[in-house]
Amino acid sequence: MTQLALVIDLNVCVGCHACVTNCKEWNTSGSAGALSDDNPYGKDPTGTFFNRVQTYEVGQFPKTETVHFPKSCLHCEDPPCVPVCPTGASYKREKDGIVLVDYDKCIGCRYCSWACPYGAREIDEHQKVMKKCTLCVDRIYDENLPEAERQPACVLACPTTARIFGDVHDPDSEVSVAIRELGGYQLMPEWGSKPSNHYLPRRKNHVSYKKDELERVDNPLKKEDYQVDASEPSLDDVTSW
Amino acid sequence: MQPAFSVIFLTTLIGMGQGLFLALYTGQVYFVLNVVDKASTVTFYSIGSAVSLGLLMLGLVASVFHLGRPERAWRSAAMWRTSWLSREVIVLPTVMGLIFLYGLVHYMGWNLTVMTIGAVVIDLSLIIGLVTTLAVFSLYIATGMIYACLKFLQEWHSPLTVINYILLGAVSGFTMATLIAAYKQPELIPFFAGWSIVLLVLAFIFRGASLIRNKRLRPKSTIQTAIGIRHNQIKQKAMGFMGGSMNTRDFFHGKTALFFRSVKSVFMILVFAIPLVMLIIALIKPSVMILAIATASMYLGLVAERWYFFAEGNHPQNIYYQVIA
Amino acid sequence: MHSEVNVEADPKDHIEVKNTTCYMCACRCGIRVTVKNGEVRYIQGNPDHPLNKGVICAKGSSGIMKQYSPARLTKPLRRRKGAERGDNDFEEISWDEAFSIMEERLREIRATDPKKFALFTGRDQMQALTGLFAKQFGTPNYAAHGGFCSVNMAAGMIYTIGGSFWEFGGPDLERSKLFVMFGTAEDHHSNPLKIQLSEFKKNGGRFISINPIRSGYSAIADEWVPIKPGTDGALILAIINEIIQQGLYDRDFLIQYTNSAELVNVEQSSNEEGLFVREGPDEIDDSCVDSQNKLWWDRHVNGPVKTHTEDADPYLLGDFQLEDGLNVKPAFQLLVDRVKDYTPEWAASITGVPVETIKQLAHEMGITARDQKIELPIPWTDTWGKEHESVTGNPVSFHAMRGLAAHSNGFHSIRSLSILMTLLGTIDRPGGFRHKAPFPRPIPPCAKTPRGPEGVKPDTPLGGMALGWPAEPNDLFVDDDGKPVRLDKGFSWEYPLSVHGMMHNAITNAWRGDPYRIDTLMIFMANMAWNSSMNTVSVRDMLKDKDENGEYKIPNIFVCDAFQSEMVAFADLVLPDTTYLERHDVMSMLDRPISEYDGPVDSVRIPVIPPTGDSRPFQETIIELGSRLGLPAFANEDGSRKYRDYPDFVVNYETDQGSGIGFLAGWRGKAGEKFMKGEPNPNQWEMYEKNNCVYQYHLPKSYQYMRNFNEGYLQWARKHRLTRFAEPITIHVYSEILQKFRLAAQGKLPGKQPPDHLRKRVETYFDPLPMYYVPLESQLTDTQKYPLNAVTQRPMAMYHSWDSQNAWLRQIHAHNYLHVNPVTAQAAGINDDDWIWVESMHGKVRCQCRLSEAVEPGTVWTWNAIGKASGAWGLDKKANESQRGFLLNHLISEELPAHTEGEHISNSDPITGQAAWYDVRVRIYKADANEPEQTSPQFKTHKYTPGTPRRTPKWLAFMAGLGKFKGDAK
Repeated sequence: MTQLALVIDLNVCVGCHACVTNCKEWNTSGSAGALSDDNPYGKDPTGTFFNRVQTYEVGQFPKTETVHFPKSCLHCEDPPCVPVCPTGASYKREKDGIVLVDYDKCIGCRYCSWACPYGAREIDEHQKVMKKCTLCVDRIYDENLPEAERQPACVLACPTTARIFGDVHDPDSEVSVAIRELGGYQLMPEWGSKPSNHYLPRRKNHVSYKKDELERVDNPLKKEDYQVDASEPSLDDVTSW
Repeated sequence: MQPAFSVIFLTTLIGMGQGLFLALYTGQVYFVLNVVDKASTVTFYSIGSAVSLGLLMLGLVASVFHLGRPERAWRSAAMWRTSWLSREVIVLPTVMGLIFLYGLVHYMGWNLTVMTIGAVVIDLSLIIGLVTTLAVFSLYIATGMIYACLKFLQEWHSPLTVINYILLGAVSGFTMATLIAAYKQPELIPFFAGWSIVLLVLAFIFRGASLIRNKRLRPKSTIQTAIGIRHNQIKQKAMGFMGGSMNTRDFFHGKTALFFRSVKSVFMILVFAIPLVMLIIALIKPSVMILAIATASMYLGLVAERWYFFAEGNHPQNIYYQVIA
Repeated sequence: MHSEVNVEADPKDHIEVKNTTCYMCACRCGIRVTVKNGEVRYIQGNPDHPLNKGVICAKGSSGIMKQYSPARLTKPLRRRKGAERGDNDFEEISWDEAFSIMEERLREIRATDPKKFALFTGRDQMQALTGLFAKQFGTPNYAAHGGFCSVNMAAGMIYTIGGSFWEFGGPDLERSKLFVMFGTAEDHHSNPLKIQLSEFKKNGGRFISINPIRSGYSAIADEWVPIKPGTDGALILAIINEIIQQGLYDRDFLIQYTNSAELVNVEQSSNEEGLFVREGPDEIDDSCVDSQNKLWWDRHVNGPVKTHTEDADPYLLGDFQLEDGLNVKPAFQLLVDRVKDYTPEWAASITGVPVETIKQLAHEMGITARDQKIELPIPWTDTWGKEHESVTGNPVSFHAMRGLAAHSNGFHSIRSLSILMTLLGTIDRPGGFRHKAPFPRPIPPCAKTPRGPEGVKPDTPLGGMALGWPAEPNDLFVDDDGKPVRLDKGFSWEYPLSVHGMMHNAITNAWRGDPYRIDTLMIFMANMAWNSSMNTVSVRDMLKDKDENGEYKIPNIFVCDAFQSEMVAFADLVLPDTTYLERHDVMSMLDRPISEYDGPVDSVRIPVIPPTGDSRPFQETIIELGSRLGLPAFANEDGSRKYRDYPDFVVNYETDQGSGIGFLAGWRGKAGEKFMKGEPNPNQWEMYEKNNCVYQYHLPKSYQYMRNFNEGYLQWARKHRLTRFAEPITIHVYSEILQKFRLAAQGKLPGKQPPDHLRKRVETYFDPLPMYYVPLESQLTDTQKYPLNAVTQRPMAMYHSWDSQNAWLRQIHAHNYLHVNPVTAQAAGINDDDWIWVESMHGKVRCQCRLSEAVEPGTVWTWNAIGKASGAWGLDKKANESQRGFLLNHLISEELPAHTEGEHISNSDPITGQAAWYDVRVRIYKADANEPEQTSPQFKTHKYTPGTPRRTPKWLAFMAGLGKFKGDAK
């Protein structure tokens, strides 16, 4: 069975928010749209976004890490939001594991959002239905798009390739290999919801050299043995014993 | 969580309505079984059923305000296999229908004997009442389970949630029954007041147990498990937006710790202390006024209790939404 | 069953996909825009574009909200009679009226004193055109924003290695093993840098960030080295010291390709002290050609030989005496003498970076460069005729931008960095720094300003470029008394190498009338009444200040902008510009193209939707004005207009009649068969359009490296008129150019002399060797009272700060905080979220504090330019930007306190005039409990701007293609 998902590489995410707004611009005019914004030009602007980038500080100065952390619906293997939905509007697709909301069935009771430990869902305050990341289901199967572009908008936008899209059930897929080889992990594993989206941790590249590697035989300083003027006095000139 | 008033009114109103029915039916069963010697009058049943039905109706109306798309509410019966909410949606009208029927049978006097077991005459209303009782308990369970089934809302994820929904609903219904008795049939006061006091004590024990349990809870989710980084000093610097979102609006009560604690004291007094004193006074010196105070205090207290119940729910998603910058 | 998502397009919808170039910042990515029923549906990165390869950033993805912003200006506006500047009180006029007003004004100025017209532009990406217009008009008072942006980066590097970071060059992260970044939270080259940084890290490259703050790119560094602002130069010099001490420099590179081994006259009594000893006259007498008649001291003959004598092996160290008794030293010896005292211990006390870390940095750089050499099987020939079988490289690369540049010691810090890069042998070699066409250019490039007031004549084009590259004191643009000719005092003795001008002083100078009053100030796309000015409150006052006759001290202000900015409120005449999606543009080789390391690239914008309202591209305004005024480049001899419009101009304009060089390099020649140089091609736009709006030329592999001295490349560059000469561009480890200014200051060099009060200044800072000094502002501040440095960082989602009006982006950054290390905050009794005052000796700002472990304790910082004036940019008067957002600009003065060098010396680098934004020193303290929870200062809410919607929507549900956002009906 296919399970499409995103793998997010915290090792290279610089927190640029490209995925945030590209998601918004694709989806606001797409099948999930419009994604409304309140007070767009006023106090405390707020709107429906499917994807956000957060920032955390880890550790104490000077050993501080700044971590940019994108988060959208994790398309759980066992999505707690689905069984609680009274209308069946919230569902997980058999064929690719994407968790979707049927906007025609949603009654806007918000129960699914309570049932999501990750805060991945957002009510559209004007259409009054629950929305969330669709993995750009209206892109990834669109045969009108060139094949390379049949990817979620956030993945195409990401300048640091910090977002990889694919089937986490296919052991040979890029996402599976990344999870396996780079220590991919799930968020809040304690709830057993088995998020399909994974995160790749920071990986540090170190340099190590031995003290004695500092100097080599061809050290250029050795070339600067320039001639001392012979006319200058030397010890040899003044000692006769 | 951010308590939603629609849900607060829904659960408290239907809880009381169901409790009131249970009170009526308990009275009937006791009489039939000859445990008590005073039968409720037709008026008492009719008024009681009508009030019960009214409370359930009000609850239903309140619930509509919770829905973004109430016109599609009919769809919510669909997922009864998995969703406690769906089950509640099915059981609630069932309960209402049954209570209506129960009241109607009493009102119309259709006391058609179905069978007799020894000296006990089982009439139609008793059968309907039994079915209704089962439905009422189902509804209590469904309502309670809506919250209790959410495992990561640790404060709610406990049998105590269901037990408290039943006990608090029941005690408020019995108290209301006592009030109706005082109004229409004062001789029933000791029966209902007595039951109310028993239930009140039980509810106090279980609600108290829930408070103690929740106080001792340690959140399973931490900022470390939330973002998957093992370090004992992690602080969020930006949640990714500054003007708020559903994540900041729906999942936290937004009140001060002092306000939060005060609500607890308030509901303990309003739900338990005042009604207990009033019920005892009513036992000694029956009075509509005293029982009205008991009922009103209890209902207001339950509104506060329910607010506290929701507010106390500490949703793990809040870990992701701490700081704007 | 679920209603599955409908991916079928409605056949009734009219969908077009068009390529153009982004302009949400200066990165200039290729974008593909889907337009549905006339509305912008989707902006994505163009996968076939060499710059961004399909990716796009947060800003680029939010272009739709810029396009349909209610802050759009849609009508030409005139300040209402009786209304004051700053009131934002306008009436609509027609373009005809607007042009008449401008034409009348400008015609008179040009006929009398052209310098009384000043044109300053922001980040416009059309300097080729605006510069041409100014030159044709005849005014020297033209510049773009480079002077307050990052001119130190350009000047410091170009005067050293003939190229620079920026659009002109960058780190070769594809082959690098160690990458060290100074400052730079976000950068011009934003998406390419992100793409490369990610690949670099994934390939195991090591990334070290040296920055007071760990944000942006620094977040993903393998190591963060926190440093005190303005002290990078000290760190770099200590690293240089350690690298030399350990012998970790690339000796061969220094000898062959730099002036390290060239002999310098060290005779103190000599008038030529500090100049290179020359044998015979220069082969080409042009100040932008580095003559090859200098000397080495060869070890084989133990005597002087001409540089690059075959088989010579010169000493880098030592002191020698020529036959005529002249004492000389190789330039490298002078460098060694200079950095002797710049020890890691010394630097540690200044920078806050531990000694061990400084040494470790030096060792890592040196060992990586030495031991991980790259060799590519690419034969090439150097300019001295020597054939090389391969291209080699040392895989250590660097990047820096405003963090180094925006200090008054930035020029020398950046020169130090360039020298460090040179010592490691990483200039235009694989894995190191790589040039981008048209760079490398000579040191300095050939373009020059006029040398005196005679260059400015009525009804005559300027007698030189408005901006140039002085090679010696005589190149300064000063009068006989040494006083500046330019309004901003660029190219004067105060800031001799101010190669990008000094826009940050233009308004103050014009207001004060020092050096003179002007008549008309035209500003394009620069928010000089807000975040683009230092000392914002005073500058706003100057803009509306009146003389004793009740006339404005700056009599006329024309502003062209697409949005209702704070600056627009101060205009007498407002010209509504289009957005980038509505116009033709060129990223020209004559300006700052988007070249790649392997060859020149330029690109264009082609409109994807029609202009909103009566907005008109600024280029068209310029062409129209140029034609009306009959400027030679824009009018035929009979005075009739030469070009129909801007696209026509781009195709047909040539720098000189028949030169074959025009604004676009691609598809020149009658049929588009030529590039760089060729006759105009009437179908040039179509050809760009067909080719993703970009022209890319890949140099032959053997021309791609070592371009300063690559014979093949230099000949190619000359042939295609990128450069005038094909002479080698020797790297200036030792800067004779700077020394010439110093000699003039010492009275040793004949020709132009600095005024006496500036002699010491010029002598001090025009040091031919890299140096460190405490930033000027700190020298003049009581640092006990103001112990902290305050700097800004650029948020990636709002780099270039153009988008507070953007409904999506402002949800990410709606207001800003001052970020403070908890230790620093605690010492001041400040808690997280407290309202505090930040105070410098120039002003104070009230804002909210946010604690952060990612900032060095001596530094406080905030996001740049999030704060806005109430009611500006189409925002509600209660918007976060004005109520909780703030500018650090209020704390920063455009001028230093009066001191020995003068009363009104710019707060800038004394060499380049780079605005010293990051020099400011502050203190912080808690705001009083009864003060309002609102940032201070506050400004009067802008009035309604005609042509914008009366009311902005309370909510928005953008969905393209429904016809609700056409944007024309206002």
